[in-house]
Amino acid sequence: MSQLLFFTLSAMTILSALVVVFTRKPMYSVLSLIVCFFTIAGHYILLNAQFLAITHIIVYAGAIMVLFLFTVMLLNLNADSDVPKSGKLRIAATITAGMLFVTLLASIKSTTLGDFAFPPASDKGLVQHVGQRLFTDYLLPFEISSILFLSAMIGAVVLAKKEKH
Amino acid sequence: MIDWWLILDKVILIVVIFVVSLAIAAYSTYGERKIAAVIQDRIGPDRAGPWGILQPLADGGKFFLKEDITPKDADKFLFILGPSLFILTALMTSAIIPWGKSFYFGDHEFSLQVANLNVGILYLLAVVSIGGYGIMIGGWASNNKFALLGALRASSQMISYEVPMGMAIISIILMSNSLNLREIVDMQQGFHWNVFYQPLGFLIFLICAFAECNRAPFDLPESESELIGGYHTEYSSMKLGFFLFAEYINMFISSAIISCLFFGGYHFPGLDSLNMSPNIAAIVSICVLFGKIFFFIFFFMWVRWTLPRFRYDQLMRLGWKVLIPLSIFNVLATGAWLTFVK
Amino acid sequence: MQLTNRSKVASVKTLNWVEQLYLPAIIKGMIITFSHIFRKKATVRYPEQKRPIANIYRGLHVLKRDEEGRENCTACGLCAVACPAEAITMEAAERKKGEEHLYREEKYAAMYEINMLRCIFCGLCEEACPKDAIYLTDRILPSNYARNRFIYGKDLLVEGTTPETRIDISGRKKDYEMNV
Repeated sequence: MSQLLFFTLSAMTILSALVVVFTRKPMYSVLSLIVCFFTIAGHYILLNAQFLAITHIIVYAGAIMVLFLFTVMLLNLNADSDVPKSGKLRIAATITAGMLFVTLLASIKSTTLGDFAFPPASDKGLVQHVGQRLFTDYLLPFEISSILFLSAMIGAVVLAKKEKH
Repeated sequence: MIDWWLILDKVILIVVIFVVSLAIAAYSTYGERKIAAVIQDRIGPDRAGPWGILQPLADGGKFFLKEDITPKDADKFLFILGPSLFILTALMTSAIIPWGKSFYFGDHEFSLQVANLNVGILYLLAVVSIGGYGIMIGGWASNNKFALLGALRASSQMISYEVPMGMAIISIILMSNSLNLREIVDMQQGFHWNVFYQPLGFLIFLICAFAECNRAPFDLPESESELIGGYHTEYSSMKLGFFLFAEYINMFISSAIISCLFFGGYHFPGLDSLNMSPNIAAIVSICVLFGKIFFFIFFFMWVRWTLPRFRYDQLMRLGWKVLIPLSIFNVLATGAWLTFVK
Repeated sequence: MQLTNRSKVASVKTLNWVEQLYLPAIIKGMIITFSHIFRKKATVRYPEQKRPIANIYRGLHVLKRDEEGRENCTACGLCAVACPAEAITMEAAERKKGEEHLYREEKYAAMYEINMLRCIFCGLCEEACPKDAIYLTDRILPSNYARNRFIYGKDLLVEGTTPETRIDISGRKKDYEMNV
């Protein structure tokens, strides 16, 4: 049962991720990215990490992708408004993608595909456990990331504030 | 081993909740028109059946029979996806609401909650946060500037008011030490309703609920006078019906959630001392919860026919400059009280 | 100079902090709307309940017959001349032998039409009529789906001969007319 769900979800994840890259309409690209996030949340639920799954949906699907959608809607990008890429740009893109491909290939080569086994059901992903770990073992990174968010917020306020003449 | 009894229970419960949600949404339209009428010294619909109680059926039939128009330049797939997604998210929230105490058939317990999630309240926030997609997609796919403006308004309004809403919920979570909605409800047994301990949190949550449901005075996304219907300008027939229906389902669900979070859910002071048998107690608890829900639905309508619509900058100022600081203050005050006083 | 007692001096007062909360004002407004729920309703349930209509109400026209059931109208055309909206048109014809029980005088209206979309229900046709033939009644013009059905011919305008199908216009007649 779990295996079936896992393979269905994985197939959906990969398929929607491919659609994100290959579709010509930015709107569909954004929407399939949302689908992709949902299937990843499904993986978290399979691992009994409900808290992570829900937070993933709230943060990524609920907040960040709304902003993406917002931008796409406002820009109203079309296939015909696509600016033709210059030769230099094409070469740069090819080199970057090729380097990424090499890196991926190297990392795949160094991993050994062991037997597929589901981790035993644990309540590590439940909210109490996550909270306890965050506020004991990982307190410093947690607080530092909160400072990062604070600085981002202040930066946004500064940028949005009108200059007084 | 799959527990077939559990699956049967859940399927029955889901079907019942689905039907009840739709029926209440349908009769909310009737209730809205009646309440609007009596507040304006009129009578309201009274032609279809005695006192007009068949009016929702007439309206629904009309929606089904109307011509279904898809604009020429609309994105066909997304145009259908929009309203479907909107009504889906509206119906999804009902899964975590504890509708009453459990029924007992011999040894078998029939729980009146579809999913007793460990992270129940976060699930609520997640569904609310994706609730805006239906409006956004529908508004964009219409290929109409009014629909697009309505969609943009709806999404920015929803994002803005999710923050204070989440903060108000956080103060409730601090009080009850749990994210589980049933535990939060059971903690309010007797007369320990959260509204007495969290009046500010309740006010913030109520205002945000109005904004998230796109109800007056926050119905800017569909303001008929300036945006001729906003995101559903181009919609007709049952697709429009879905949009309008989902609004009423949202109202029903948010009334249920307000009742559960702040007004003790299915508890009522003095009920537990009556020593009823479990099944009768379950029925009474359902009635108590629905009484509270109906009061809040009435309250939603009462406010709609009292207050005029906000201006957009006023809406944003209220959200970001008033409600968010207030809700942060509320969380801090609750935390300080729990740490130093209690 | 004060013209009425109702005039008010305009003031742009800044709100104090209690007023800036808006909540007291909102609660006040809610109480007002709530009190309206129990007020007497202004609705008149139309087909069952009708507002009293004045005797001189100017509704749908009728072409009268005399006591013996003969049409009063002689197609003199004065009503058409008087009509400010030019809604009335008619064709005259001569009464044949054997039609004396149908028409009161030797000339009658073979065709008489009122375009109800043009008519402004001013009652000048009634004032102009020398033969007591046309009257406006307290009936209300029914609605219709097609424009051409608003052109009322003699079939819709002339009252019936039986006592039940007669249209009572005694309320519209002035006292001196009734005494004649």
